Amino acid sequence: MKRVKLLGSGCKRCQTAAEMVEAEAGRLGIAIELEKVTDLAAIAAYGIAATPGIVIDGKVVHAGGLPRPEDVARWLAN
Amino acid sequence: MSTTTPAPPAERTSLWLAGTTGAVALWFALYSLLQPLSDRLAALLPLARPGRLADAAAFFVYETPKVLMLLTLVVFAMGIVRSFFSPERTRVVLAGRREGLGNIAAAALGTVTPFCSCSAVPMFLGFVSAGVPLGVTFSFLIAAPMVNEVALGLLFALIGWRVALAYFAFGLLIAIVSGWVIGRLHLEAWLEPWVRELRSAAAQIPASPLTPADRIKAGLEAVQDIVGKVWLWVAAGIAVGAFIHGFVPAGVLAAIMGRGTWWSVPAAVLIGIPMYSNAAGIVPVVEALLGKGAALGTTLAFMMSVVALSLPETIILRKVLTLRLIAVFIGVVGSGILAVGFLFNLIF
Repeated sequence: MKRVKLLGSGCKRCQTAAEMVEAEAGRLGIAIELEKVTDLAAIAAYGIAATPGIVIDGKVVHAGGLPRPEDVARWLAN
Repeated sequence: MSTTTPAPPAERTSLWLAGTTGAVALWFALYSLLQPLSDRLAALLPLARPGRLADAAAFFVYETPKVLMLLTLVVFAMGIVRSFFSPERTRVVLAGRREGLGNIAAAALGTVTPFCSCSAVPMFLGFVSAGVPLGVTFSFLIAAPMVNEVALGLLFALIGWRVALAYFAFGLLIAIVSGWVIGRLHLEAWLEPWVRELRSAAAQIPASPLTPADRIKAGLEAVQDIVGKVWLWVAAGIAVGAFIHGFVPAGVLAAIMGRGTWWSVPAAVLIGIPMYSNAAGIVPVVEALLGKGAALGTTLAFMMSVVALSLPETIILRKVLTLRLIAVFIGVVGSGILAVGFLFNLIF
């Protein structure tokens, strides 16, 4: 079970990124637990400067803009 | 790791490059044919000639595709440029910078770093918590929304390169000087308390290198995203402009917004600050105002205050800044815009 956190204050891209993570996880058959972090202080505490940010098992793998699907797959598989 | 076998990267890259070259060539061919094509289209309209309505229609039929085509090219090119920058890297460059040079670097990076007003607050927090000085952060946050490719591309397409260049130069100058002034005032105590205490190490994000094809895709995404959002504004703005061109007598605005009326600059700024419109909606109006005798400084001051300062933006910033700091921010930037307005009316 991968613990995925999506950092973002509710912008459209954050929503799209969350759907992307779910889609890739479903395609690869990886069980994930997705949590959306919208609190500004909590987001800033991860040390990112742009949203959406993606945290997998406590590690920041992405910040700012939409990720590429193949990158999402790689992060989930690792 | 991947379940499908992708084509060799080199082959994909050359395909993308060839496709882009072809598309750009097509763009230029179409653009050079725009005048005769639009003339023929306008001639088909059942309107009395010569007549004001026919003039307005001809203006609209030519200007709308012209402006949208130029905008598409500029946004595509800037989408590729922006793919070389990221807020994360900009922050690393600016962290610990001293004021002065830091303000200049921040304003310059503000024009090329991917920026969306929806992530202005996370960006502000990310910068300040990682040790970017407050004034330097403000220089970035002032330049990013004000000096962008949509504003510059439209000014260039509708009014000309001189005005676009002047907007670019003075927009940067306002961002640099305003940020520097805010830094000199040492207003860190006026941040919201929880923001002051925020200290976070910048996250180490493993880089995934972009291929040339990825960058071209980034350009296409920018076109889809930005042009897809603003084309209606552009068309509506040009329609209003076309109407003014055809029907409002020349010089009618000279008395209110002309060079001789000193109070028109502060009035334009005061009206512009609470207003919000993206650059796409405001530039065609600016063009129409200029055509009817409004002074350049007054008109640019109006545009700058609409684009750079807005009520929605201050409401977002209120989450991290105290009201006093927001007042200083608006006061300093507003004064800068005012100075530029007066200066332009004096020079041009």
